[in-house]
Amino acid sequence: MKLRWTPLMAAALIASAGATLAAQKVQILGGGATFPYPIYSKWFNEYNKRHPNVEINYQSQGSGFGIQQITKRTVFFGASDGPMTGEQLLAAPGKILHFPTVLGAVVPVYNVPGVSQELKFSGPLLADIFLGNVTKWNDAAIAKLNPGVSLPANDIVVVHRSDGSGTTFIWVDYLAKVSPEWKKRVGVATSVNWPVGVGAKGNESVSAQVRQVPNAIGYVELIYALHSKINYGSVQNASGTFVKADVNSVTEAAAAAAANMPADFRVSITNAAGAGVYPISSFTWLLLYENHPDKAKAKVMVDFVKWALADGQKFATELGYAPLPKNVIDMEVKALAQIRTQ
Amino acid sequence: MTPIRGGPDEILFRAGTGVFAVLLIAVVLAIGGELVWQSRLSIREFGWQFWQTEIWDPVAGQFGARPFIWGTLYSSVLALIVSTPIAIGIAIFSSELSPAWMRRPLVFVTELLAAIPSIVYGLWGVFVLVPWIRRLEIATPESMKRLPLFTGPPLGIGMLAAAIILAIMVIPFTSSIAREVLRVVPRAQREAAYALGATRWEAIRMALFYARTGIIGAVMLGFGRALGETMAVTMLIGNTPQVSTSLYAPQYTMAAVIANEFTEASGELYLHALIEIGLVLFVITLAINVISRAFIWSLDSRRRPVRPVRPGRARPASPEAA
Repeated sequence: MKLRWTPLMAAALIASAGATLAAQKVQILGGGATFPYPIYSKWFNEYNKRHPNVEINYQSQGSGFGIQQITKRTVFFGASDGPMTGEQLLAAPGKILHFPTVLGAVVPVYNVPGVSQELKFSGPLLADIFLGNVTKWNDAAIAKLNPGVSLPANDIVVVHRSDGSGTTFIWVDYLAKVSPEWKKRVGVATSVNWPVGVGAKGNESVSAQVRQVPNAIGYVELIYALHSKINYGSVQNASGTFVKADVNSVTEAAAAAAANMPADFRVSITNAAGAGVYPISSFTWLLLYENHPDKAKAKVMVDFVKWALADGQKFATELGYAPLPKNVIDMEVKALAQIRTQ
Repeated sequence: MTPIRGGPDEILFRAGTGVFAVLLIAVVLAIGGELVWQSRLSIREFGWQFWQTEIWDPVAGQFGARPFIWGTLYSSVLALIVSTPIAIGIAIFSSELSPAWMRRPLVFVTELLAAIPSIVYGLWGVFVLVPWIRRLEIATPESMKRLPLFTGPPLGIGMLAAAIILAIMVIPFTSSIAREVLRVVPRAQREAAYALGATRWEAIRMALFYARTGIIGAVMLGFGRALGETMAVTMLIGNTPQVSTSLYAPQYTMAAVIANEFTEASGELYLHALIEIGLVLFVITLAINVISRAFIWSLDSRRRPVRPVRPGRARPASPEAA
């Protein structure tokens, strides 16, 4: 069929040209942490519905990737599950600001044959298990916290992440806070030299391993524990209460930490004080340049973050994240004003 | 240089293809150079120690490649031990013995195995193979568990799972090439063998001997593939940097550690150490290829006559052949 030039087509062309002129299409590229990817992609999608001219693309390749790429300015914004270190900030060509977006929790998952009750752990106990100091499920240290549970005399199989990950960072950051031995022998990073255990790649593999291997213990993001219907224990917080991770106990950890929140939001909230606090909680951050040469994009990004902090928070719970407490949101909205948009 | 005959077309053609060939060599050299440059901090810091030390501690900034080198070579050699007889068996059957109606489907299915993505093998491994291996490990008698080959708790994942999955992944490569090599053994060779009264088995043995360099090449290609395989191995090997002879122990490979840690590697030295692992893998793969090539050349250069079927073992010609 031959294409014929009709007045209708001409009109359509003119109309579409007019539309492009009216609303410049803005494409923004970001990248980083995998953990917040589900909610970020939801947000970008929802925001695009409200602002059809804005398209935000996100490469979820890990927190380290996000930090590297924003330092090189190959992406407009980065995302990370652990705050950038002072050294990393100095390596960047301009000032980078941190903005917490949602919260997540890391939970101890286990598979102990014959134990149907929910197990209780304390921070030092988890550290001892992952250090290889506690090697049997019926060890006195476990039995003491779980009276009435008949624990088998089996060897504990530790499963940890093999890939560098923000999940690992949150987990070992907590262990280092509650165990001086962990801090000295292993330390805190996105991958560490594990004293014991086997490595599995990704949250999915860790939960698959723990589900399959009898007597295994591992750690995954709360959302994966919920999805894979695997047992996860409660953890004793700094006030001595045993708390199971859920949306409320995680948000409470953030609220507790908000009182002495530093102005740059680079804060670890593991082992936070407060009765209802789940101790292995963390923010996840967006990373933005304070003074990026592309002011048009900066303006759009500020608007997006404002929306994510306000309307966007309502998507958090259904996706398994904990929303930010109000006091943190208020602080962030003020901090957003630092970003130069013209 | 052979003298160039013909007009400018010929010269252009020759120059064009020559450029492509040189380009390939340049790319290999560039990769090597780039790997050295990108890992210079780690090379300067650790020197040859990098090949020997066993500690891999990103927090303390201590990096040694030995467990990864061991894991890579051990898993690949094990995979080769399992896959080679099976692959050659498949090649012989499909080229020499298979009834005609079965040949096509057999070749198709073997080649299909090569088309399955690595991650699918990995998933199958995690959900099917690993539970089987765990059952096997639990059933291993205590007396056997004292052998250095079978020590360790029954995890399921570990060296054995990785080696088996590698073997399955390597089989189609080795068997396809071995089959092609066997098919090009001249008909006259076979007919001569039969004419001398050789049995089927003896004729095939003759063909295998005739095709030995090609078959070794096929095995080495499989080995190369096993060395570099990443995803499926990462999912099954247990990712624990340790040097162990136990098939049940979780270990680590070079490709796996790069895949695992590269995206999250923060800090220059850490990144350089990971790239040096890539360099080590590059060097080892190159070395193995050179060695196997040299081996094949040495076989070729002392090209002995095909061993005659020993008269004592020769059977009288069968009645129908007579």
